[in-house]
Amino acid sequence: MSTQMIAAPAPGVFWQRPAPDEEPFLTLGQEVHIGQTIGIIEIMKMFVEVQADRDGIFKLYVIDNGESVPMGASLVELEGA
Amino acid sequence: MMQIIMPGLQTLVQDSGRDGYYALGMPPAGALDQRSYTLGNMLVGNDSRAAGLEFAFIGPTIQFQSDTVIAVTGAEVTALIDGEPQPMWASVPVKNGQTLSFGPMTRGSRGYIAVRGGVDVPKLLGSRSTYQNVQFGGHMGRALKPGDVLPIGTQIHSEDGHADRIRELDPKYLPSLDSGADLAVVTGLCNYRFTPESVQLFFEANFTVSHEANRTGYRLIGPALEFVERDVPFGAGNDPSNVVNLGYPLGSIQIPSGNEPICLLRDAVTGGGYVTFGTIVSTDLDALAQLKTPDTVTFTSVSITEAHARRRYAHNELAQIAKSLKYPWALETEREETQ
Repeated sequence: MSTQMIAAPAPGVFWQRPAPDEEPFLTLGQEVHIGQTIGIIEIMKMFVEVQADRDGIFKLYVIDNGESVPMGASLVELEGA
Repeated sequence: MMQIIMPGLQTLVQDSGRDGYYALGMPPAGALDQRSYTLGNMLVGNDSRAAGLEFAFIGPTIQFQSDTVIAVTGAEVTALIDGEPQPMWASVPVKNGQTLSFGPMTRGSRGYIAVRGGVDVPKLLGSRSTYQNVQFGGHMGRALKPGDVLPIGTQIHSEDGHADRIRELDPKYLPSLDSGADLAVVTGLCNYRFTPESVQLFFEANFTVSHEANRTGYRLIGPALEFVERDVPFGAGNDPSNVVNLGYPLGSIQIPSGNEPICLLRDAVTGGGYVTFGTIVSTDLDALAQLKTPDTVTFTSVSITEAHARRRYAHNELAQIAKSLKYPWALETEREETQ
């Protein structure tokens, strides 16, 4: 099993949840598939859905909810399949 | 024709801008990084004011419905035709049915797609650029959406006898795309409102690009600046940063309440009652357009004479590039066209 990261496609504020009062997109041990939304980046008053670019098992959010991220930063750690 | 499969984050039809309507409150819009946009048109042999696409951070996916030639310039990004990586800053032939897509952007923040013949949306007030804030120009006044179909025009340079030539930019002309930029500023009209210490501080400080950085303006985070005491003149607001309304030049820096300078760009309001500390020299706006949060900015004070010299230098460099690409560039003609 290898550890893999999903990178931020744009800089901005990272949100783990679709809305403030909702559960995070991912929970520990969940299977993640290519194209699945794993979080949101808020930039220039727009919301970018970040989608998984690989399959894997969700391990953790590297970036806290509401934390700023530079472009290319690791957002999510997956256990590779 | 080109069909938008995925629009990317914010992809807009832009050109050299809608100059001449500032007095109506209409900012020019147009490509934020004019140099990258212009070089794209040179690479595909277009009229220098032909419209192209500008995208921010995440590139679009576009299927071409005719044979054409494209060039991708601006931010560093992997351009793919049917999944095969293509060179940036070069003309790339595309066949009917082929699809252009993009990998992740690695440096800079805005990419440009030039297509031979230009994107043929209707011209409004002499330009095809999109001014999103009032939904004017471009393709229906807005960013592209999936399913949009854009016609390709005939804005090919009439004297370009090298249409089918593969053109490639000499790497020495590539933009730096560094994560920091030192920008030349001509001070005025309202720098007199700040204390001499604050004026000095402005030119010594490191500013950070905030999340609020878009085509309207870039808000910067840095030290607070202080104003000199005054009696509020008739017609000005009560905040120390208020003045009697004046025009905001393209690239002007306003500092509301002395906090967080805002560099006004091509979609900004054209006038108002905030102090303008100074104006960024036009040729440095291209580098600013490629910055993103949390990149850094410093400012250097220059005279008007120095600003003009920098513009001449930039124009001369464009002429040199045109020559190296065998592109029929004539600055005098460009000037006539924009008047």
